[in-house]
Amino acid sequence: MPDAPGLELIRGEIETEDPGAVLETSFDRDQPALIVDSTRILAVLTWLHDTPGQEYTFLSSLHAADYLPAEPRFAVHYELMNRNRVERIRVKALLADPEAGRPGSELGQGALPELDSCVELFPTANFQEREAYDFFGIVFKGHPGLTRILLAEDYVGWPQRRDFPVGGEPVTFTYNEEGAPASEHLSTSGAD
Amino acid sequence: MTTLEKAASEVEEQVPGATVELEPETEMMTINMGPHHPATHGVLRLIVQLEGEVVKDLRPIVGYVHTGIEKSCEEKAYWKVIPYVERMDYLSYFFNMQAYCGAVEKLIDLEIPRRAQYLRIIHMELNRLHSHLVWLGTTALDLGAMSMFWYCFRERDTILDLFEMSAGQRMHTRYFQIGGVIEDIPTGFERKLLAFLDEMPTRIRQYEALLDRNEIFLRRTKGFGAVSKERLLELGVTGPLLRAAGEPWDLRKVTDYLPYSEFDFGIPIGSVGDGYDRYRCRVAEMFESVKILQQALAGLPEGPHIANDRKYVLPPRSELSTSMESLIHHFKLVTEGFRVAPGEVYNAVESPRGELGCFVVADGSSKPARVHFRDPSFVNLQALHDMAVGTYVADLIQTLAMLDPILGGIDR
Repeated sequence: MPDAPGLELIRGEIETEDPGAVLETSFDRDQPALIVDSTRILAVLTWLHDTPGQEYTFLSSLHAADYLPAEPRFAVHYELMNRNRVERIRVKALLADPEAGRPGSELGQGALPELDSCVELFPTANFQEREAYDFFGIVFKGHPGLTRILLAEDYVGWPQRRDFPVGGEPVTFTYNEEGAPASEHLSTSGAD
Repeated sequence: MTTLEKAASEVEEQVPGATVELEPETEMMTINMGPHHPATHGVLRLIVQLEGEVVKDLRPIVGYVHTGIEKSCEEKAYWKVIPYVERMDYLSYFFNMQAYCGAVEKLIDLEIPRRAQYLRIIHMELNRLHSHLVWLGTTALDLGAMSMFWYCFRERDTILDLFEMSAGQRMHTRYFQIGGVIEDIPTGFERKLLAFLDEMPTRIRQYEALLDRNEIFLRRTKGFGAVSKERLLELGVTGPLLRAAGEPWDLRKVTDYLPYSEFDFGIPIGSVGDGYDRYRCRVAEMFESVKILQQALAGLPEGPHIANDRKYVLPPRSELSTSMESLIHHFKLVTEGFRVAPGEVYNAVESPRGELGCFVVADGSSKPARVHFRDPSFVNLQALHDMAVGTYVADLIQTLAMLDPILGGIDR
């Protein structure tokens, strides 16, 4: 792991190349993390991947999290690794919800937060970006086929968001299949 | 006569002595494999584009056993999450528990006792043997070797008996707790484990004798499914698949999530990374696991099996009727659970299929705000396209079996 001063050095070097890209650093529980402006995520990842001396060429994991009620609300985490030095660094892109305050966004209505896809740089991110899209509704621009991966393709809503109603999903049986329960569910739970 | 045939005959007429042969007409065919097929090792669906019998394109479709485990974890206190995460990758439950418990222990900065570390290693290596045995049995079954399946499941049963002895359950044992393990191993466990370890190398050599130079097995596995290690690394592939391609990468050696550095064991690697190398790598790993187990059992330290921090660990049952303090701690832990200061941690362990990572976000309450598993099967499945395109559809079965995907882990 880069230690706390090492992390600041990395931040400083990125700052000279691309001022304002790194918003903050964090060194919590021995885990270094760069908190990055989401519009420049690809530049930072490319820098960490390509710069001699950094070479964080292995993307261990990509995942998203919802920090409701914090603002900005979403974050996408990239767990990078330099396999020669066995050093991990986390890059965290913060994303605001374009529909903040409007009810119903967790159920698939309205605009979605957007972020550049890193599939070109890290082909392993393909499935993992689809997973983040599937559960959080985060759109990865430039992804070769951004569709739902684990949920059914006609699923409505983004279930891993913290405000997604749990247990309120109606199940279609023969007696209620006429009334299109999916759309009813949207109009009732969106209001409260 | 088609236009192509007309053109061919025109050329033959106009150029003296020339003969034009047309390639036989080929047609692309899209077929559906699975989701319910014994050769897909779970509920995996593959959309395969075939030209004749050659795979030209392939798309895995997953999600049939998605049960929302990660979402359910957000509704449970930290220690109640353990049974959920066990059920993700149902062949490597001890690894799932270690990934999760290790992450929470990092979050609360809790050191686990030496004996607990060793007990965890013993159970995880037994679990690795168990997982590889199930893989070997079912893979050989896919290639037509029926008896291998029975032999492997015989040894697997001994391992499950051992799990039953120490944890009371054969699968999904909930044995690891935050801070250590729930109970010390019972009397007789060591003797039974030693007997098993004495027998196991002979058994593995018997499997080798059945398969290593088996004509059918060699012809089905040699030279199929090889992908360069550079490409595998780009695709995030880890575990025996990567090692079979010649990259000696094992988190047990390079990180210190448990004291593996105290044991003498090797990292078997392959040379070309075809199906046969993958088979050899996993079988050689079984020998290494036996070696680790022997050393761990011989050097098993005395002492407590779980940390003594009453804020995080349940007090011993015997104290409840005598100590008011213990009763209060017990009540607090069982009803609310413990609170964890805000923070986030990614903890990775080497599972039988590669890097198994667990990402936990704490928000200050007694329930995790996010639990995410980086499952090796999920990431490794992306390499199936590279491995299978250009080979025959019959070899796709072999390639998929050597990939060793566990659909419970992929779909979560």
